[in-house]
Amino acid sequence: MTIADSILEARNLKVIRGGSLLVDVPALKIREGETLSLIGPNGAGKTTLLQALSFLMRPSAGDILFRGEKVGAEYATLEYRRKLAMVFQEPLLFDTTVFENVASGLKIRGLGTGMVKQVVNEQLNRFGIGHLGDRSARTLSGGEAQRTSLARAFAIKPEILFLDEPFASLDPPTREAIIVDLEKAIAETGTTTAIATHDRNEALRLSDRIAMMDGGKIVQIGSPSDVMNRPVDEGVAAFVGIETILRGRVREKHAGSILVDVNGKEIEVVADADAGTDVTLCIRPENVTLSLSPPASVISARNIFPGRVSRITPLGLVVKVEIACGFPLVAYVTGNAAEDLNLREGKEVTALFKATAIHVCQKISR
Amino acid sequence: MDIILEGIRKAFILLFTFDPEVLGITWFSLKVSGTATFISLFIGMSVGTVVALTQFPGRRFVVSLINTGMALPPVVVGLFVTIFLWRNGPLGFMEILYTPAAMIIAQAIIATPIVTGISLAAMQQLPKKLRLQILALGATRLQMVRILIREARLPLLAAVMAGFGGVISEVGASIMVGGNIKGYTRVLTTATVMETSRGNFDIAIALGIILLILAYMINLVLTQIQQRERPR
Repeated sequence: MTIADSILEARNLKVIRGGSLLVDVPALKIREGETLSLIGPNGAGKTTLLQALSFLMRPSAGDILFRGEKVGAEYATLEYRRKLAMVFQEPLLFDTTVFENVASGLKIRGLGTGMVKQVVNEQLNRFGIGHLGDRSARTLSGGEAQRTSLARAFAIKPEILFLDEPFASLDPPTREAIIVDLEKAIAETGTTTAIATHDRNEALRLSDRIAMMDGGKIVQIGSPSDVMNRPVDEGVAAFVGIETILRGRVREKHAGSILVDVNGKEIEVVADADAGTDVTLCIRPENVTLSLSPPASVISARNIFPGRVSRITPLGLVVKVEIACGFPLVAYVTGNAAEDLNLREGKEVTALFKATAIHVCQKISR
Repeated sequence: MDIILEGIRKAFILLFTFDPEVLGITWFSLKVSGTATFISLFIGMSVGTVVALTQFPGRRFVVSLINTGMALPPVVVGLFVTIFLWRNGPLGFMEILYTPAAMIIAQAIIATPIVTGISLAAMQQLPKKLRLQILALGATRLQMVRILIREARLPLLAAVMAGFGGVISEVGASIMVGGNIKGYTRVLTTATVMETSRGNFDIAIALGIILLILAYMINLVLTQIQQRERPR
């Protein structure tokens, strides 16, 4: 056995079904103890990749290495499956009591009743369903059912936990409560976790690393702040919530910053690119400030554009304001700020953003 | 109208005095149909489970064949079993025509497609991902099938009931291959046919009531099963 720096590794992994390439991952390493999120739109291949990694779906090509050993060859498939656990979007409980559901993985492994009882009770309490042990799984609410499913997964003390959109069918308060418990369970047990989700906020709070998938490929993998703030292309940028994505051409290069021409307007960006290069600018809506009049004196924001409010959309905690200032720009302001500024469609405002608040992707499109 | 009322009155007397002939016929019917159902259960559940859980070329054809088989007319089954068991038929050497064995064979042939079809549907209505979930819990193939059967136990019970209901009420094949011999191959349905043709309405009604009670009990259980919810 070779000493592996990763608990799980995929090499040249391909899943082809019905003639179409669903997953194409040349290399992926999951580190021991980390939580890796697979994010991406529906149909990006997140679920398929999880199923291939867990060997629930046989890959069409490539290898899965568990602690450096090839699954299906050096490492028996069943043996491998008994090292992992999987929780799906649907709880998929068995038609029996909550206790028996949580015990099922242990019973499949042939564990004695005394041992089973202790482990199951431990997990029931961990997920706050200790009082539901004798209840029939048929009578559970959605949240209770998913807690049971999670307890069942943790009961077998998996070395890798796969979660496939585990919260997608839950209402927000229930989801929030379960995420808190799951975070705690992962931290306490140190379980290596791979979670597929289309919710970037879920990914942000749970992960050590995020892998953005699209069209069956991992288009970017990195720390949450990397993926959120420095997307490699427009597709990732749009998915991670960057509302303003502008294409332009570098006009001048200065020491430490560049001037980018967007629709004839000049935007100053702290970045490095040669004049004449086509670039994409990404501006997070929370980094744009609005003012009713141009600043009276010199301020630190390098980019100041007068414009007109073209649309206002309340989003709950914040208000999304779209501004036409020679190019479309989106700003998030608080409800109070929107009131104080008396924002309405057609109103003239000045938008300000710092040269450091802009991320540049050189790769225009894929 | 008098005939019916009088028939019903006498029928209840027969039932409540535990008339030995009525009781004997009932017991024999349960034995023949029970055995036939048991055999069909064995074949039907195995075939149904295999077809439900596997993919193979021509699967659709097999499923349509099974579904057609569910509506197999008992007289046709009776006809073919009779031909096969006829003195100089292919299986004539067995000399079992007009015996309970022949009735069990015919009824098993009628019940098997019913049990197969409902078992198939029962296994297929389980969520597709349930199989993945069971495998992810570390189950072997055999453990997976066992768990799936346990999960589908109620619809599978429905298969048993439907199979039994189909053969206990069937008359064509039983009369053709059994011959309605008194005390030997006479069952509830064949006896009802005979007693009616003889004008012995009291016995016919008594037998009919027993059949109705059996049918009611079967449907009671089936309804209970249908109204149950699946866990999330």
